[in-house]
Amino acid sequence: MKAFRFQSSPRDRFRKRINRAPSPLVAHAIPWASIMLGSLVPPWFVIASAPLMPPVGFLMLVAWRQLRPGLLPVWAGLPLGLFDDLYSGQPLGNGVLLWSLAVIALDVVEARLPWRNFVTEWLLAAGLITAYIVLSLGIANLSGGFTAFQIVVPQIILSIFLYPLVGRMVAAFDRFRLLPFRKVS
Amino acid sequence: MAPSDRRSGYSRRAQYTTFFSYIAGVLGAIVGAALLIVSIVNPSAFAQLRGAAADVTETPGRITANGRVAGNGFISVITGYFRAGSQNAELRRELKEAQIRLAEADAVADENRRLKALLGITTDKRPVAVTQLTSSTGSSTRRFATIGAGSANGVAAGMPVRSKEGLIGRVLEVGASTSRVLLVTDTESLVPVRRAKDGVAAFAQGRGDGSLQIRLINLGINPLRKGDIFVTSGSGGLYRPGTAVAAVVEVTRDGAIARLLSDPAATEYVLVEPIWAPTAKPRVAPPIIGQDTSAVP
Repeated sequence: MKAFRFQSSPRDRFRKRINRAPSPLVAHAIPWASIMLGSLVPPWFVIASAPLMPPVGFLMLVAWRQLRPGLLPVWAGLPLGLFDDLYSGQPLGNGVLLWSLAVIALDVVEARLPWRNFVTEWLLAAGLITAYIVLSLGIANLSGGFTAFQIVVPQIILSIFLYPLVGRMVAAFDRFRLLPFRKVS
Repeated sequence: MAPSDRRSGYSRRAQYTTFFSYIAGVLGAIVGAALLIVSIVNPSAFAQLRGAAADVTETPGRITANGRVAGNGFISVITGYFRAGSQNAELRRELKEAQIRLAEADAVADENRRLKALLGITTDKRPVAVTQLTSSTGSSTRRFATIGAGSANGVAAGMPVRSKEGLIGRVLEVGASTSRVLLVTDTESLVPVRRAKDGVAAFAQGRGDGSLQIRLINLGINPLRKGDIFVTSGSGGLYRPGTAVAAVVEVTRDGAIARLLSDPAATEYVLVEPIWAPTAKPRVAPPIIGQDTSAVP
């Protein structure tokens, strides 16, 4: 995890922090940009003949909402889901609907649940991921496909086990987001 | 309980903000449902939007496509070293057989050309465009790919896309410099095929997991065997006959499950071919009606 640590020695840390503040533009743009990259970039690297790849954009959305609950607004599913739809191959509207519902569900659970830890967060994410993939399959089948359910089972398992890794990635993005590199006059 | 910075408490302003952000979230879901209904009723409704989006990301897609091909080559070079000896002997034997077959095939092709010239059939096989697969849907159960050629290169919807090894799919939506291809492994794709050696007619339908379901047209005793090669039959137009599609890997009760011959992941370049539509030219000139009436007194 050393690679993710941006301030190496305490001396460096204090020297860099005095008179500096995080840039508000970077701090606000990184969550949006990273989720959009999660939707856009993975399909470039493999021409898949089976739906095995986890929906990385969705995993990042859930991870950002769980790491920083108030950072993305409740309506974030609309623009981010629309962007995902342009590249995902699902009928347009699939992402807008399901991502919006996921954000609302996360927000409601987050407001009601009195405690949180790694296992509950993972369980909640696993439930959302399973629901998302199964509903996406149903919507794809409504729009002309005839894919059997067992074809998405490996994808669901892979996505659930990849989620903590995506969480670590989002945490690294979050540390980068709040780096104080803007000079305060 | 929400963290203290997100509890609205008695602040009327904070309460309204929370309330309206929830309303916006629910509105987002409603907009999504509306968009979804439109795109299910009319699947090509947002084709232009998707085309424009694909055009924007064409350049990075092309760069990673090159990297992907290089990566595949690197892995196959490494695995090649481990199997060099046994493979060499096998390939020598196969090459000898193939050379004989090739000579025979040349003779057949020559004969074909002469017969076709006799009948006056033109076979223009020049592809519309030669390009690369830049990306494919990875997490959706629908199987689409994007190629780096669009209407600017003369690509139109319906054109078949193939690689050196065989059929990959057909063009579904066209952007300015990219197009979206429905891969043959998608469950909506249906390709009329025939067995290469004797012409048993069938349909090859995608199963969504990289394999194809071969459905025989004439039901009865299943004549298929493991290893049978299927090529496009050309019926219905669209796909030029004789393009290799799939090889049978498993015989089922009423057909077979086949493996795609051209793995889209391993192809470097793809060819976009013109739509193949056999047009039956009328042999006899139609009678001219005007002359007919003047002949009768």
